[in-house]
Order: sequence, then structure tokens, then C-alpha cells
Amino acid sequence: MVPRDRILVASIQGAVVATLLGAWYFSTHSSRLLSLFLPPPERVWSSFQVVAASGQLWAAAKVTLLTIAQAYLIAAVGGVLVGFLVARSDRLLKLFEPLLSGLFAIPLTMFFPLFILFFGLGPESKIAYGATYAFFPIALNTIAGFSSVDRLHVRAIRSMGANAFEQFRYVYFPAALPVTITGLRIGFFICIASVLGGETLASVTGVGRSIALSAELMETARMYAWIVSVVLVTLVLNLLVYAAESRLRRES
Amino acid sequence: MAGDAPIAVVIDRVSKTYPGRSAEQRVTALEAVSLSVRKGEFVCLLGPSGCGKSTLLGIIGGMLAPSTGTVTVNGTKVTGPQPRNIAFVFQESTLLPWYTVLENFQIALKLQGIGASAWRDRAMQALSSVGMEQFVNHYPNQLSVGMKQRINVARGICLGTDILLLDEPFAALDEQTRMVLGEDLSVLLARTGKTILFVTHSLSEAVFLADRIVVMTARPGRIKASIAVPEPHPRSPDFMLAPEFGALRNELYAVLRDEIRQTVAAMRQARDAGG
Repeated sequence: MVPRDRILVASIQGAVVATLLGAWYFSTHSSRLLSLFLPPPERVWSSFQVVAASGQLWAAAKVTLLTIAQAYLIAAVGGVLVGFLVARSDRLLKLFEPLLSGLFAIPLTMFFPLFILFFGLGPESKIAYGATYAFFPIALNTIAGFSSVDRLHVRAIRSMGANAFEQFRYVYFPAALPVTITGLRIGFFICIASVLGGETLASVTGVGRSIALSAELMETARMYAWIVSVVLVTLVLNLLVYAAESRLRRES
Repeated sequence: MAGDAPIAVVIDRVSKTYPGRSAEQRVTALEAVSLSVRKGEFVCLLGPSGCGKSTLLGIIGGMLAPSTGTVTVNGTKVTGPQPRNIAFVFQESTLLPWYTVLENFQIALKLQGIGASAWRDRAMQALSSVGMEQFVNHYPNQLSVGMKQRINVARGICLGTDILLLDEPFAALDEQTRMVLGEDLSVLLARTGKTILFVTHSLSEAVFLADRIVVMTARPGRIKASIAVPEPHPRSPDFMLAPEFGALRNELYAVLRDEIRQTVAAMRQARDAGG
């Protein structure tokens, strides 16, 4: 993009955000009823400061981030491993690929109560739930990546005397990487969404729990303060994921 | 030129049958093919599509196992890929798209066991011999099909094997590019003295490049005729205008015509039987 275009795009994006904030500000100041459910921005901001100063924000965020990290680690390792193994043979591929995509199509939310029954109200149930949900897109994309490898590339590298490891290193891995990385990114955001969703549904700790609790107590300003903190954290995570992704792509 | 040179490749009654679920699905690609190639000889394999030319090349290179028969290369029976003796050149798309041109050479030479100090000089030398040295840091997809195939052929040659197997290397190129590349190949290969087996569909290409043209029958592939081209290498483009060139081309066409008709008839028959 030309620098001038970039400035234009950035100013349009900025204008959209400013318009939304402005709409929020003016609508909540013109209607008392609305401000009951959607408090004006400055009240949300002061609640945010209170929550942050009290240390609740950090304590809850620590629980949630740790839960997400553990769930994602399980999903990423499991998904890539299963995807790789399944894609290694045509028979396994025919057997498991439809099974995995079928399972992924089922809304796993229905089974959330089961996760609570098995793993309790603590972070463990959210780890299991997030890991299960994120496992599928990662496994499916890894399968797609490894089964799209060009047979001719494999033949060529074999004719040069590459052993199994060298074939993987020079052909299979770089060929499968772009699609696999996309799966890892999709899985990451599904993981965040399911952990937070799980926390709001049934939990004793975490950011999601704090949001649900403030809503139950009709402390809407506090609820939005929590939501704002989630938005901020997700933005940062988003940037980190994109940075990691472009770095991985460049190094391959 | 190669008339009294030692034998480099011996193909002894090689057959290849691809198994199917039923008898009708089983395909016999090659049937009792025997052929000897002398060191330094340039042999073209010519035949209708599906006659097993590429299968034969794969068996010589140890990429495929024959159903019966044996292949011997430099006195040793072939049982698997032998990168030190034999290099393959496939279509241009076998350059790995996620590596630069130079990295593609680096990997090929590293697999060949050529050390960190020597590979770069070898690669640069090979690339400049095809006039591609200024594209070392390009990715294959940034280059035209013709440029890629120049590089791919250069990679095959620079591996330093005695034997080079080329599997329809110019199939994806347009007529003019393949003529120019064919001339370059003739010059390059005359210089290196390699033993070459070259699979092609093109009659002109075969006559222009080969010392000997082996014509194969429609499936199952057998050797139908072997025609010598007694013109020394490197050959100039003028050879294509010489009367001998036209005569050889016509002779080849006469031998091949029946096989092509037979292939087409078999395809029609299969189509009518199937639908």
C-alpha cells in the first residue's frame, strides 16, 4: 500500500471507532432507561479504574489467561499430532477426516454441562472444554495441509536421496505449514471464546465469571468494565498471534 | 561416438504390472523390455501416451520396483534410489516453491553430500551455464515457466551424476522455448559427457537430441524399434533444416503412427465399454 492510502485507511477505521463511541456517549446521555443497561462511557471507565485498582482485574485475568494457555497448548499439540498422523495414510484419512469434520460441526456447547460434571466448577472444566473445541480446527487444517503436498515434489526429493526426515524437513513441513498455521490461529480464537464462554456459564473464578456476576447483580458499569478489559486483552493477543504467524511464515 | 564405450545401464526383461482389485483393473505398463545404454549415450524414449515410458524411467532410477526383470547400473543391480549415480529432471514444478533458486540448489547438493564450502560455487557455475545467475535469490514462482525449467535442468546436471534421467522435461513449455532449451541442452550435455535417458512426446525433439531413439509400443509398453541418429554433438540448429533430419522424423512418424492409432482405438473402446 502507498503511505497515503495507509493514512486514509487508518483514518476511516479511526472514524468508525469514534462514531461508535460518540453514539454510545450521546445515546446513553439522552435516555435514562438505556443508561440502566448501557451506562455512559465515563461511568464504565471509572468502574474499570476501581476494578483495576482493587487487584480483582489482575487476579481474574491471571486465572483466565492461564486457563486459555493450558487449553490451547493441549489443543495445539494434540491437533497437530493427530492431524499429521491421520494425513500419513490414505486409509486413515478416509476414515477419520469425515469423522473429525462431522464432530466439529456439532455445537459442543451442548455438552458443556458434561464438562462441569466431569471436571468440576474450577478452571479444569474450562481447560478441557476449550482444548476440545480448539482441537478440531487445528487437526482438520493440519490434515488439509499435509494431504495437499504435491506428489511430484516428494518424488523429486526422493530421487535426490532424501531420507524420511529430510523429506519431512524440505517438503512435507513447508508445504503443510501455511494451512496448519491458519488452523492454529482459528483454534486460538475458538479457545479464547470457549474458555470465556465457559467461565460465564459456570465457574467460580476468572474474567468470564466476573462478567456474569456483575450482570446478575445489575452492576452494569462494572460488567462493561470487565468486558472492556477482555476486549483489550484480546486485541493484544490478536497482535501477538499475527506477529508470531508472520514470523513463522517468514522462517519456513 | 559412444559405439565402443562400456555399457552403463542394462535393462533386462523388465515388466511392470500395477495391481488392481480385479483382473480388468490390473494394468500391465511394461512387458519384457530389454535395453542397453552405453556410457555417454543420449537415448530418447518415444511412444504414445500411457505406454510406460515414465514407468521405465522410474524403474531405472530405483523409484519403482519392477514386477519382473532387473536393471543394472554401472554393474550394480538397482534396488532403490541411487542419488550418487542417477539424477532425475522432472517438469519445472519440482523446484520447491518455498525456497529461493539458490536454496533449491543448496538442498540438492547437500543431499548429494557436497560440503558447505563447495556447493555455492557449483550452484553458481551451473546457473551461469544456463544464463540464470542473476536470479539466484528469486523464488520459483517469480520466474517464467521457461526460466524455471532452465534452472531445473541446470540443477539436474550440477548434481554430478554419470546418468541423467529426464522425464518429459519440456512438456509444459511452448514450442519456441522448448526449441531454444533443446539447443542449449545439446551443447551442455555434449560438454559433460553424461549418459542420458530422455522421455518425450516430440518427434523433432527426439531426432534433434538423441544418439538413439527407442520407440515403444502402445500399452503394454514393449520396444518396437531403435533408430540411430548419426550426427555428432553439439548439434547446431541447422541440423533441423538438413534433409537427414526430415527423413529421420518421417521414419519415426511411420513407426509411431500405428501405435498412436492403437492407443486411440483402445481409449475409445474403454470409453464405449464404460458408458
